[in-house]
Amino acid sequence: MAKITLDNLAHSYLPNPASEEDYALKELNHDWQDGAAYALLGASGCGKSTLLNIISGLLQPSQGRILFDGHDVTHAPTTERNIAQVFQFPVVYDTMTVRDNLAFPLRNRGRDEAYVAERVQEIARMIGMEDMLRRKARGLTADAKQKISLGRGMVRQDVNALLFDEPLTVIDPHMKWELRTQLKSLHRDFGHTMIYVTHDQTEALTFADKVVVMHDGRVVQIGTPEELFEQPEHTFVGYFIGSPGMNVIPARIEGDKAIVNGTEIELGHAYRPQEGKLEIGVRPEYARLSQAEGLPVKVRRVEDVGRHKVVRADFFGHDINIIAGEDDHVGADMNRVTFDADHVNVYADDWRVAPSERTTPAGEAA
Amino acid sequence: MNKTVNQKAWFLVLPVLLLVAFSAVIPLMTVVNYSVQDTFGQNQFFWAGLAWFEEMLASERMWNALWRQMMFSGIILVIQVPLGIFVALNMPKSGAWSTVCLVLMSLPLLIPWNVVGTIWQIFGRVDIGLLGYTLDALGLEYNYTQDTLDAWVTLIVMDVWHWTSLVALLAFAGLKSIPDAYYQAAKIDQASRWKVFRYIELPKMSGVLTIAILLRFMDSFKIYTEPFVVTGGGPGNATTLLSIDLVKMALGQFDLGPAAAFSIMYFLVILLVSWVFYTVMTNLDKQEG
Repeated sequence: MAKITLDNLAHSYLPNPASEEDYALKELNHDWQDGAAYALLGASGCGKSTLLNIISGLLQPSQGRILFDGHDVTHAPTTERNIAQVFQFPVVYDTMTVRDNLAFPLRNRGRDEAYVAERVQEIARMIGMEDMLRRKARGLTADAKQKISLGRGMVRQDVNALLFDEPLTVIDPHMKWELRTQLKSLHRDFGHTMIYVTHDQTEALTFADKVVVMHDGRVVQIGTPEELFEQPEHTFVGYFIGSPGMNVIPARIEGDKAIVNGTEIELGHAYRPQEGKLEIGVRPEYARLSQAEGLPVKVRRVEDVGRHKVVRADFFGHDINIIAGEDDHVGADMNRVTFDADHVNVYADDWRVAPSERTTPAGEAA
Repeated sequence: MNKTVNQKAWFLVLPVLLLVAFSAVIPLMTVVNYSVQDTFGQNQFFWAGLAWFEEMLASERMWNALWRQMMFSGIILVIQVPLGIFVALNMPKSGAWSTVCLVLMSLPLLIPWNVVGTIWQIFGRVDIGLLGYTLDALGLEYNYTQDTLDAWVTLIVMDVWHWTSLVALLAFAGLKSIPDAYYQAAKIDQASRWKVFRYIELPKMSGVLTIAILLRFMDSFKIYTEPFVVTGGGPGNATTLLSIDLVKMALGQFDLGPAAAFSIMYFLVILLVSWVFYTVMTNLDKQEG
């Protein structure tokens, strides 16, 4: 178990990267705290797997260093880093039995057979494959194979970190839930540092203490699920997390007012004058449809998704979403919207701008 | 589900039936025809029953040729399969060098059999051949026309040169189809190079290797042109493989009956061995599954 430090880390798959565009992973400084469970969330192709492979040593970064508890392991091979990693698609050794598959990482490290047998039994119980131990791995379902892959990842107790690269993609939904619960309890019991790559926000938010959101080769925000929801640091986080995502509307900012098409919207805080592309972001949960107050909208469609209703509307030519409660009445005469001023965020060039009365300087995140 | 019965559909099978009849069934039947009859010329044939088959089964000449043939196929398989795998493992996996390797390796496969034979026939000659002359100059007494061992070594080296590429190319295709994740997982699991080969590469190649072994067995068992050009079956009968002996018997001695019986047994041996090998390999797969 170790604290993993990324120091000025960046990676490009090209031999001579010229511009920032060439980097699959843009410069990054971050500490992965020992024993925490992280989720690495982002759309496909945003650099998540690249980052994971750099940590496990399958890939050498183009620049920067990786430290395990202060030791530089940037050029150390995978075996020296003592890391377990589970991949998106199942990897099993076809000609071995399930038992030998699970025992493989331990035997390769020369552990004695009594210990191996005990660990294998324990892991088999966890993944629910005790009665299949004698079977050959060939011909098992993708589900079962992935469970074996997960088991091989978990069988070593002394690993520095456990990395999961979208491990539950091929697992069916019911089993997904169960396995995720198992992973969480494993984390609780042994306190391994875990990094879990996914593009599924539910998976990320339920699994992790801290969620790292990546976009276009860059880490855009690291925070608790609540922080990601309340204060997305980047419009991408706003879109990507939440269902539906945050409404982003182009606006002008004047002090504690935002102006959209000549109409003023109250902001909870005052802001310094900003440069660049300015937008305000409001989560659908903080918008409310009403009859009398607020700004004019044209309701297009109401979707009842069960616990609440999603109102799709047109707001000065921009699509916005508003969430109404399950029992709220959405009438034909309701054509105005109000925003909860405290939950309206301001974005300059996609990055969140901190209000000026706070001590942090504006534009810090950029 | 109700199936429509339409007897006219048989006409659709007709072209294939005709093609197979002319390309395989009818020629084979003429051989069967010869194998059960005897002739004294003038196109007069007499029923001989299984006499030719009995004669051939009792013939030491045929058993010797069969024994030499099995030796030959066995030796070249034992060399070509591991060598092909070894070459495939060491080929660059991608990039320009990979293409260069593939092209270079395919070259021997493109050369016609009798040309390969001629190349080696000249290459091995002691008076003007590069190989023969060099070996002789080095003080090794090499002469494939007079020494049994030298003749065998020449034939085997020639076949290895000609056909190892096929095994290598098939093995390479098998290796290329292994996803990167397997190698990455093996690194994470701290598997040694040998274990990566034993538990990842070999199992993933087993399908193409089965094909490679089958192809190489069938082809080498039928080999005729190259040894005919190089040694002509000699010295003595030392390299008279089945095909060479068969041609001697059929066209040299014009013993059509025994030769036909011989051909049919030859064909059945190839069929039998291939079938047994294939069945065993696929059953192994099933048992493991």
